[in-house]
Order: sequence, then C-alpha cells, then structure tokens
Amino acid sequence: MALTTSPLYAARRRKNAITMGLAFLATAFGLLWLVLILANLLWEGFSGLSLAVFTQMTPPPGSDGGLLNPILGSLVMTTLAVLIGTPLGVLAGTYMAEYGRYDRVTMVVRFVNDILLSAPSIVIGLFIYEIMVAQVGHFSAWAGALALAVIVVPVVVRTTEDMLVLVPDTLREAAASIGLPRVLMITNVAYRAARAGMLTGVLLAVARISGETAPLLFTALNNQFWSLNMNAPMASLPAVIFQFALSPYKEWQKLAWTGALIITLAVLTLSIVARLIASKSKSQ
Amino acid sequence: MSMAAFTVPSVAHAPSDRNSLDEKISVRDLDFFYGDHRALKSINVPLYRGKVTAFIGPSGCGKSTLLRVLNRMYDLYPNQRATGEVLLDGENILDPAQDLNLLRARIGMVFQKPTPFPMTIYENIAFGLRLYEKLPKSELDDRVKHALERAALWNEVKDKLGANGQSLSGGQQQRLCIARTVAVKPEVILFDEPCSALDPISTAKIEELIDELKEDYTITIVTHNMQQAARVSDFTAFMYLGELVEYGDTTKMFTSPSDRRTQDYITGRFG
Repeated sequence: MALTTSPLYAARRRKNAITMGLAFLATAFGLLWLVLILANLLWEGFSGLSLAVFTQMTPPPGSDGGLLNPILGSLVMTTLAVLIGTPLGVLAGTYMAEYGRYDRVTMVVRFVNDILLSAPSIVIGLFIYEIMVAQVGHFSAWAGALALAVIVVPVVVRTTEDMLVLVPDTLREAAASIGLPRVLMITNVAYRAARAGMLTGVLLAVARISGETAPLLFTALNNQFWSLNMNAPMASLPAVIFQFALSPYKEWQKLAWTGALIITLAVLTLSIVARLIASKSKSQ
Repeated sequence: MSMAAFTVPSVAHAPSDRNSLDEKISVRDLDFFYGDHRALKSINVPLYRGKVTAFIGPSGCGKSTLLRVLNRMYDLYPNQRATGEVLLDGENILDPAQDLNLLRARIGMVFQKPTPFPMTIYENIAFGLRLYEKLPKSELDDRVKHALERAALWNEVKDKLGANGQSLSGGQQQRLCIARTVAVKPEVILFDEPCSALDPISTAKIEELIDELKEDYTITIVTHNMQQAARVSDFTAFMYLGELVEYGDTTKMFTSPSDRRTQDYITGRFG
C-alpha cells in the first residue's frame, strides 16, 4: 500500500491540520490585544503630539503645556543608570564567563542574579528608598538613577555571561597559543566576538528601565518644574504618565497619552537597533 | 582479506641518522589526567630540532592530549594535570613556575578548526606581533607581509588586508592561522589535525607549507590521515589507548613496523 493512502498517514495529516489551526488561532488571539493596545495608543497619542510637547514644561491643571522636564529627567536618569550599571554588569558577567566559569561562586552569583532579574521593580524602589532616600531625608534624582541602575545590572550580567560563553573555546585557545595574556584575550578577542550580543543586552536594559515607574516613585518622585539638580526630586516620563493619567483633567490625560507614545516609540527604536546589530554581526 | 591487498603509503623521506639529531623537546615519563581518568601513560618520546614528528592513532588514543601538554594548553581548564617531565631545551616546562605566555610564544599551535580572530586579516597577524615588540608602522607592515608570504597566503589577500579574517575560505583561514603563529617567531609549531576540516587542494597547500617550515621550526603534527603522516613527517609515533606503542623513522614505521598493533593500524585493520 502506498504511504499516502495509509489510514495512519491520513490520521497524522488530520492531527497536523488541527494543531496548526489551533496554533494559528492562539497567535491571532495574542496579537489582537497587542494591536488594539498599540492602535489605541497611536490614536490618542499622535493627536496630542506637537512641538509644544518637546519645548514646554508640564502645565498646572487646566492649562496647556508640554513634557520637556519629564523627557529630560528620563534621559538624565536613564543615562546615569546605564553608565553605573553597565560597567558593573559587564565586569561581573566577564568574571562569571571567563575567570570563574567552573566556580561555586559563579553558580551562586548566577542564581542570585536570576532572582534579581525577575524581582518586582517596586521592591528595588523600596530598597533604594530605605538605604538612600530615608537616610538623607529627601527624594533625589541620584536615588532614581541608582534604582534604575540596580535593574540594569542583572540584565547586563546575564547577557554578558551568555554571550561570552557562546564564544568558542577554540578562539580562547588560539589566543593563548600565541602567548596572549588572559586580560588581552578577553578585551581583544572574546569581547570582539561577543560585542554585538553584549551591546544588545545594554540596549534591552535601556528599553526595560525607560518604562519603569514603581522604582522612580519611591526615589526620584516627580517634579512639576524644570530641574537639573541631582539632589532634588526629578520628573520622569513614567511618573508623569502615572500622575496625569489618573487625574481628572483633560489636558493632563492627553499629555499622559502622548508621553506613553513617546516611550513606546523610543523603546521600539531601541529594539529595532538591537535587532539590526545582532543580525549584522551574524551575517559577518 | 590478505595482507597483499594493502598498499603501504608512499614515504617521501629517507631515514635519518638519529645520532646527529638534537632533541628540542624531550617527553619523559609523562602521565596526564582528566580528573581521575589517566589519559596518557608513561609517555617517552623525543621531538628533534628541525624535524617533523607525526603522532598517529585512533580517536581517543591521547595524541591531541599529548600535544596540548607541550604548550600547557590544558592549564586553561580545571581538573586537568600532567606529571613527569617535558624538557624544552633541557628546561622542564611542567614546572609550576613556568611563564605560560612566554612558553606559548615559543611553542605555537595550529588547530583543527581554523580560528581567525574576529578582526581584519592584517590585525590578525599584527596583533600578536605588537605583544612582544614595539614596531614602527612600516616595519609592522613588512612583518605582516612576510608572515603571510611564509604561509603562502600573501597573493590571495594582499588587496584585502582590511577584510575580516573570518570572511576567508576555510583553507585560507587555516593559512592565516599559520601566518599568525609564524609571525610570533616560535621555535616549535604544533599542528593539531590541521587539515581535517579542509578540502584536498587546501590540504596539499598546508602540507607543502609544513615541509617548507621545518627548515626553521621543530614541527609536531597530530593527524588521522596516515598518508599525510607518511608524506610530511620524518618521525612517526603510534599511540593507542594512552600509550606510545611505537616510535621511529617514518619510513620504517610505514614499511616494517615492529609492533603488531602498529601494523594493524597502518594497514587499516582497526581505528
């Protein structure tokens, strides 16, 4: 009997069709909500987008204004968080992958890092509140940046370690075989080979913290005014969205939508850049 | 199957007079352990200056392990240790006080899979050079060119030195790795199955290269290919299950081996 006419084969084809159909439906269901959310955001956000959003301060209730101070606050605190978190994360990830790969310490650090990676960010906000805000007696942009840095570190540790572990041992042996000291092997060979993946990790960390609200509410709080004082409360997009979206004022609600759109577009851009870097290095 | 059906690989080298030879490396009573597993058992073998010594044997016999002891590559990994002596110009390199970077600069290695660094062709070679010498740009250029010529790669890459080393073909990458090794001016070069990932034409080029290089370097090659061992080496060592079964002139090893196991292996009875 030919294979294609056997009842067993027909049954298998039927099962395959059903499974494929279910998988398709599940995908469509998941995508539907995502599309609805994005469409709503684009609809509400774009209508409020104007030059004023990028040039004016947050307004008092009932009047027009912009989002300049929270945009700037987010930029400042995110940048600082990345500057603090990235070196720490890269160094820790490097230790785990290059020096202590077979150590017990590395296993413990990896375990703790994974917990930190999935810890609710509000816990991190409370932690910084306890050790910094409560000690000095006031909210500050430093505390905000620090809380965000605590979120950056585990992401960077994880991607750095993963990417370095992917670098083949033969490349390390080749480096050693011409008498290259370990430090130079890591900085000139392993980092180069893992560069794209490590950079992607940092970009993903930026994407992650640019939408975080909870850790900032306990640390940088918010600020209605233009302020670059790192020792004072500072506005941020997520905190302003939180405040404005819950308010009864039409103008504030409109700005909250616009702020949400700006964050979404920024994160989207970062993700695309990360993908491009990753695919470019793969094709090399 | 009758013995007459087998053809002995052709041998290109005449037997050498062993009395006039000088031991560049002497392996003495070498044992090697992966954890508790004893992978090398009391190995004794000389590697003569300016000669090519081939290690042959079935997979897992310890020939690559032996090679990795000679430049202490095993030191990169935990739970691996060697006991006994490996004398390089009379000095025991297994000594814990041995400077590994210096040792590896003196004993270069070419691997089974080509391993160009993720940088340009030029940098792949200049990188190693800068480690040991501070050279002006023009001299660096010369040395890079010389190394690439030495590895018979110059003509193929001279117009694209800025291209990524990993964009070359497999055979070219392997010659780039040989150039990189030669550039550092080692005294000994270890080849760990350098042609097993290459096509026959690239293999022929690498073999030619090994033949030229032996004028200036002491060469050790591990190979699965017995014809290759017969073609390129002056001396051959046959290893089996972690032991050195037989060692001698390549010609003699391939025409009249004294051990039954060697004969069985080179005639294709097992392995």
